[in-house]
Amino acid sequence: MSAGRLAGRVAFVTGGLRGIGHAAAARMLDEGATVIVSDLDSESDAHDLLGDLADRVGYVQANVTDEGDWARALDHVQQAHGACHILVNNAGIDLTGTVETLELEDWRRIMAINVDGVFMGTKRFVPLMAESGSEVEGGASIVNVSSIMGLVGYAEVSAYNASKGAVRLFTKGIAIEFATKGMPIRANSVHPGFVETPLLKAGFQRWVDKGVAEKPQDLVDAMNAATPMGRLAQPREIAAGIAFLAGPDASYMTGSEMVIDGGWTAQ
Amino acid sequence: MTERLAGKVALVTGGTSGIGAGTVARLRNDGAQVFFTGRNEDAGREIAGQTGATFIRHEVSDVDGWADVIAQIRDALGRLDIAFANAGMERGDGSVEDISLDGWNGILAVNQTGVMLTVQHAIRAMRDNPDGPTGSIIINSSMNANRAMGNFVAYSVTKAAVVALAKSAAIHCGNQGYKIRVNAILPGVVETALISNLIASNENPDAMRAGYAGMSPLKRMGEVEEIAALVSFLGSDEAAFISGADLTIDGASTAGMMGL
Repeated sequence: MSAGRLAGRVAFVTGGLRGIGHAAAARMLDEGATVIVSDLDSESDAHDLLGDLADRVGYVQANVTDEGDWARALDHVQQAHGACHILVNNAGIDLTGTVETLELEDWRRIMAINVDGVFMGTKRFVPLMAESGSEVEGGASIVNVSSIMGLVGYAEVSAYNASKGAVRLFTKGIAIEFATKGMPIRANSVHPGFVETPLLKAGFQRWVDKGVAEKPQDLVDAMNAATPMGRLAQPREIAAGIAFLAGPDASYMTGSEMVIDGGWTAQ
Repeated sequence: MTERLAGKVALVTGGTSGIGAGTVARLRNDGAQVFFTGRNEDAGREIAGQTGATFIRHEVSDVDGWADVIAQIRDALGRLDIAFANAGMERGDGSVEDISLDGWNGILAVNQTGVMLTVQHAIRAMRDNPDGPTGSIIINSSMNANRAMGNFVAYSVTKAAVVALAKSAAIHCGNQGYKIRVNAILPGVVETALISNLIASNENPDAMRAGYAGMSPLKRMGEVEEIAALVSFLGSDEAAFISGADLTIDGASTAGMMGL
């Protein structure tokens, strides 16, 4: 742990109450950043979910699909801190099912959260980040949480594939845009493999309910066997990659993608 | 100084100049014990004096010399945790139409076989670490692995080849149950002494500098220190689940087209 690597920086993390978002908030806090997270939960639920981070992390109840909520989130960060150097677009949901049974409504919902949310957050925060970015070494940094499912296809995951693939290329587009315009903002995507998060556990339970496996542990065992490193990732391992991309050590990284999957997509 | 790599022992090939030398300094600064190899003894001694790293005179393509390199590290510190397969060159390169067989073979010997030997010997050393098979190997590829150059066929081909080497080695280590990670980094144009000298000796240095800088939408070359920072991250336990990955670090040079 390199304490202070993000000292003096303000970071905003969507979906920050659980899993990767929570770990990213904790990690950046450890490295000296001022951290504000957003999620859907009420203030009091957020306080409980943040646990020992609650006293040190700001919270905005906001839905990433709601433009008004984004305006409020930006206003909160601007009023409270006057700057934003790091934006982690992490909030996301999954969706599984054969393509002919997917409902348009569900397709639109995953696109709204996983894609529209990243677009709106970026759109709203970029003007402030363009100002703040000139204050810090390596500039401001947007880290978009995609997935290995944004790199390769997977059966019965086509909607999630499409949404995470969109995040990957959206990130490259804005990276080139900021760089050519001389705006001090870098943008990179992170592509976690299978991570031990509430989202994964819920997904595994759904597979079990569908009769794909007898119990969630069978699916965990199968994932472990399919991963060269032989295990699932822990959220803090994804958080470390996010913190690296957020900070000054990644000053020449923009438009890049960081795959953190224990070798899964190398096969 | 940080303690991120405290207790770790690292090997950097091609450590006497450019990205290699910058990485020697960075890994030392992050608390690692560092050995580095290369051909240039004067530069090796100077960098060793400045950084406290240990220079071993060795060329990566020297097959017989490898056992001695690893033996020196193990005899001194009993372990190897990080290997940066960095040595590379483009001398004798050309287009596919014009390159000589000697030129081609010379570049393959260093950029491809030399990297394979580095990874092979690093895995064999890391396999025997006192706390079990652990370590991190980083291969220095290039953005040209994904975007080939017409007048540097051997360089482009070898840099693409070592990305596949990283992935194969990562899968192998996983299959064997080794906690040894293998990744490739793909830098864009980096302002090494080699590039600076090329620019300085050109009859129109400003235009040449602008040409290199303009390859990135950031309109600047990467700095040695920026590449070294990524190597340090991948070498550290922070990257514990990153293996078989190829990481582009090129100021968005290959992220797409710059537009008009």
